[in-house]
Amino acid sequence: MKGPIGRRTPFIDAIDKATGQAMYTDDYKFPNMLFVRFLRSTKSHAKIKSLDITEAESYPGVVAIATGEDLPISFGVLPTSPDETAMAVKKVRYQGEIVAAVAAETIESAQLGVEKIKIEYESITEFITPQDSLHKCEPDEQIHPHTKNNKNIHKIAELRFNEPEKEIKSASHIQTGKFKFAGVTHAFTEPHSTLAIWNRDETLTVISATQVPHYLHINLSKVLELPLHKIQVKKPSLGGGFGGKSDPFPHEMITSFLAIKTKRPVKCTFSREEVFITHHGRHPTEMSMSISCDDDGKLTALDTDIIIDGGAYGSFGVVTSYYNGVLLQGPYKIDKFGFRTQRAYTNKHQCGAMRGHGAVNPRYAVETLLDMMAYDLKIDPCELRERNFLPENSFTVGEFRITSNGIRDCINTVREKSGWDKKYGKLPFGSGLGVACGFFISGSALPILWNRYPQTVVHAKLDFDGRVVIFSGASDIGQGSDTMLVQIAAEELGIPMEYVQVEVADTKITPVDLGSYSSRVTFMVGNATKTATSNLRNEIAIAIAKEKNVSVNDLYFEDCRVITKNKSVDLSWMEAVEIAMAGRGAFLESGFYISPKLGGKFKGAGAGLSPAYSFGAFISEVNVHPKTGEVNVVKVWGAHDCGKALNPLSVEGQIEGSIHMGLGQAVSEEMWYKNGQQMNANFLDYRIPYSVDTPDMDITIIESNDPEGPYGAKEAGEGPIHPVLPSIGNAVYDAVGVRMMELPITPDKVLKKLKEKV
Amino acid sequence: MSLIQTKLTVNGYTHSLLVNADETLLFTLREQLYLTGTKEGCNQGSCGSCTVLINGKPVLSCMTPTLRCANKKITTIEGISGGETLHLVQKYLVSDGGLQCGFCTPGVVMTAVPYLEENPDVNRKEIKESLSGNLCRCTGYKKIIDAVENASKEMKK
Repeated sequence: MKGPIGRRTPFIDAIDKATGQAMYTDDYKFPNMLFVRFLRSTKSHAKIKSLDITEAESYPGVVAIATGEDLPISFGVLPTSPDETAMAVKKVRYQGEIVAAVAAETIESAQLGVEKIKIEYESITEFITPQDSLHKCEPDEQIHPHTKNNKNIHKIAELRFNEPEKEIKSASHIQTGKFKFAGVTHAFTEPHSTLAIWNRDETLTVISATQVPHYLHINLSKVLELPLHKIQVKKPSLGGGFGGKSDPFPHEMITSFLAIKTKRPVKCTFSREEVFITHHGRHPTEMSMSISCDDDGKLTALDTDIIIDGGAYGSFGVVTSYYNGVLLQGPYKIDKFGFRTQRAYTNKHQCGAMRGHGAVNPRYAVETLLDMMAYDLKIDPCELRERNFLPENSFTVGEFRITSNGIRDCINTVREKSGWDKKYGKLPFGSGLGVACGFFISGSALPILWNRYPQTVVHAKLDFDGRVVIFSGASDIGQGSDTMLVQIAAEELGIPMEYVQVEVADTKITPVDLGSYSSRVTFMVGNATKTATSNLRNEIAIAIAKEKNVSVNDLYFEDCRVITKNKSVDLSWMEAVEIAMAGRGAFLESGFYISPKLGGKFKGAGAGLSPAYSFGAFISEVNVHPKTGEVNVVKVWGAHDCGKALNPLSVEGQIEGSIHMGLGQAVSEEMWYKNGQQMNANFLDYRIPYSVDTPDMDITIIESNDPEGPYGAKEAGEGPIHPVLPSIGNAVYDAVGVRMMELPITPDKVLKKLKEKV
Repeated sequence: MSLIQTKLTVNGYTHSLLVNADETLLFTLREQLYLTGTKEGCNQGSCGSCTVLINGKPVLSCMTPTLRCANKKITTIEGISGGETLHLVQKYLVSDGGLQCGFCTPGVVMTAVPYLEENPDVNRKEIKESLSGNLCRCTGYKKIIDAVENASKEMKK
């Protein structure tokens, strides 16, 4: 690579962010703008007996009020479970659900207006735990009318290959465990925010902190009954997502509705408490899992039964249910494989997609059981894993196509760098090392919406000024996708990055991209950008070849020039642009990405299919205080196979950020509930690691050069979180000899286990 | 609620303002003066995104009543680099990848800049401790700490 690909490249918007100039949604102000506050349910499950807004309507400063009856059309990110309305209609399903909204001249008058709304509830039986929801109930007690057999089960996902249960019964080496995982949330620093404008031409502009402008566009159209061509969704700078901004949200519908109703700009920004209440984070999970292997430590079967607590609505839950199982098919070869996931509706805020979607918790279980197996068989845990890795260019039992695979390099690297062979099992009591592996999709091969369109389209425009503008719907949520677009364009055209600018995430201007989720952007949008800009280069080359009477193939684009090897052609970029544009002016070239056809023909075969999978191995070193039970993660060695690091600076950042988030879930983060209400909806009680809690990190990027990724690239944003948690759990065992089957690993749990051991 | 008149000096300019008695400095900066570089992450004093300087010392503007700030010198992120040359802390946050989504970054800058100016000789552990009130969810802090360390080394030269 001669250009910026593969170089440590600061983000193109980094200076704006470092100087406070970057504009996030709440930073926008429009003339005559109104502010929205919400009335939220104080009941977990109740009928709305009466709702009286008359006093609120006449409160000074209040301009408009919206209630459930105004927007009764249901929506949801998955077309299979559109079970949510913008505001509660007739009944509420969780504490914190929006019941009504007030738009007013100031935030204060909106809030005081909310307090003037009178509401009466009639309680219904509450289903707080998923176990409550697995039992039959009276039809009028059901959380949603569409669930089957009078139970509150949203989804049962099950796949079985080659009778794993039989193998586990008869195998000579079996490990079984029951695991429990508390819910955790994304906790991005920028609260949700939306600003809607009803334009003079009767079109709607929505500026929103969203990872998925396209899905928001479609769901707004459905709920507001407004044609698609009258809606523009724009994503400005966005302060973190991690999956928490990847659904279309009620507040986005309501703010838009109020803008149309009042014909004034309307803004809504959440408080931190509202961010916690809105949630959509990782499902609280309980699972039992068994694995078996032969005398050589070769895995023969895996079987697991999982219950996930979905909360009151669907969100990504159908996908989550499948991912809990199907994403255990790697990185190890397991021929007898089965899972069942039941997603329960409960009367709590809903869970959805969060970094590492669906597979983080069951990955902890697999890696813990493997560690137990290694201990019993007296095989080194790294060695046991190595005996079981899937090879490259192979298929998993569920017909996932594995192309590039750098898992062996990953584990060898962390094993050597951490001094594993000298330290594992040999550190003094209280200190220990643990290892774990993982793998993850580089985008879902099957898009959420079934249609004949590509998963992304990118336009590259050239004009007389020599500037190339990339038009892409890709949503930079802080991961640096805008920078990736510029790097690729500059690489393909042999021009400096400052010649390339982006127009992004604006559904009126940019071609459709499905959004920033499932680690799809580098792979899919990267490929489309590469095609668009190489098409642009080709168009320029054709024009020059014709004018200079040389072959297109003899032209090289580098160092901001277009040349032949013998310098018979030696043009500056601007001279090349002039030739390319002669007689036609500015022009656009296009590129798109569609996944190849993949997977089996059985029901559920589509879940977890991806054009490429990332792999990783992590080792953690911990100190466990035997008197207090406190777990202190001292150092983490991480090796992640991202195919090719287009920007090593940002790949490292993704891995380090994954360690941070994995560490939080492993040792301190958890959602607390009392009767369905979250009790710790703030940063003081929901304990996220701060700088002082951060371990030393040693990161290695492994480049396996995927045959279909752009320049060989695969994902790096989500895969690295999977090994982090179990590497910590396994290190705790090495340190003090107790198996932690429940997360987070808080001091009380460690002490209890230590006492049981004695 | 009746409004109270006060004078606020921000980034060298003095503004005559009418504020509510319970108005926070964060609200005044963002909503009255439109200095939106200062971010509201929690409004509960626990994330550090709203950090500004009062008389050179970092404070959480979401926990500071505006009326307490009369006759004091306030500096926001907009006053750090003068919009032209970057402070070394900003320069290294950019080049070392010490920011991703950027939402916590103004608070990080406003914490690290006065810290390094007061403490020219710092080690990594001290830098970690100095940033312990700034929540970052993207970076895992490593590259933020790298950046501040590199800035401190260059400041000493």
